[in-house]
Amino acid sequence: MDIQLKRGLLDVCVLAAIKNEDSYGYQIIKDMKPYLDLSESTLYTILKRLEAGQMLTVRMVEHQGRLRKYYHITQLGIERIDEFKEDWKDIEAIYRFITWEDGSNE
Amino acid sequence: MNKAEFLNELRTKLNGLPQNDIEERVSFYTEMIDDRVEDGMSEEEAIEQIGPVDKVVETIVSEIPLSKIVKAKVKPQKKMPVWAIVLLVLGFPVWFPILISLVSVIFSVYLTLWIIVITLYAVDLSLAVASIASIASAFVAFIGGEPLVGLASIGSFMVCGALSVLMFFGCGYVVKGVVFVTRKMLLGIKSWFIGKEN
Repeated sequence: MDIQLKRGLLDVCVLAAIKNEDSYGYQIIKDMKPYLDLSESTLYTILKRLEAGQMLTVRMVEHQGRLRKYYHITQLGIERIDEFKEDWKDIEAIYRFITWEDGSNE
Repeated sequence: MNKAEFLNELRTKLNGLPQNDIEERVSFYTEMIDDRVEDGMSEEEAIEQIGPVDKVVETIVSEIPLSKIVKAKVKPQKKMPVWAIVLLVLGFPVWFPILISLVSVIFSVYLTLWIIVITLYAVDLSLAVASIASIASAFVAFIGGEPLVGLASIGSFMVCGALSVLMFFGCGYVVKGVVFVTRKMLLGIKSWFIGKEN
């Protein structure tokens, strides 16, 4: 997949991964594995960016005698996902236009 | 490589970044390894999945702005001994010109790359203009009853036109190359500051 396109999707993917319940780094990577291969350093950058954009909050939880960071989605984060879904409708319309143009739409 | 070795190497190679950035990265990777181990992997397997330290460091360094790295480096972590300060002040006439020329050299090398790009585009543009002029002159020659000159002009139109189209794509590749070199240069400059033992 095109790198630029993928980068834009990743933010929303990570938000979706914590949407239903709070999650932690490795769990997010595992949840996304079937769809895309996310490296830890990429995930770190995305989490930082989302935190700076106030789309998620971080909290430390003690787990088996060590600390684990849990990520919690904020209202802004939920809105970002909804926004993406709206955008996607436009993209779908464009996709139909493209496939119709090159005649691959049967 | 086990967890302690991985984290140690990571910490060493990130040396030069702001301290809290290093701590945050290290604790992030610690958690990542611990969670994998809890999931039933050995430390070695977990680290293999995360990838080589150098790759991790390269990603981290390429994401952090150069200004932040320089700032962290310029701010002395320990108090400088008096002799070092005296030496620094006395040596100013020596190290300052060297620093300036070093920066200038890097800058001019970089500038040269872009000048090559501009030159190529200028040549390309002149070819395009020449091809337009040729077709105009061919037109004039045919009207003026000089078919041979007209034919030659059409030939020149085709050659110039074809060259300019070809060159246009060639220029695109050169720009891509320059952008790639720029990124490598930036990474190289950043690496000067990072990963050195203090």
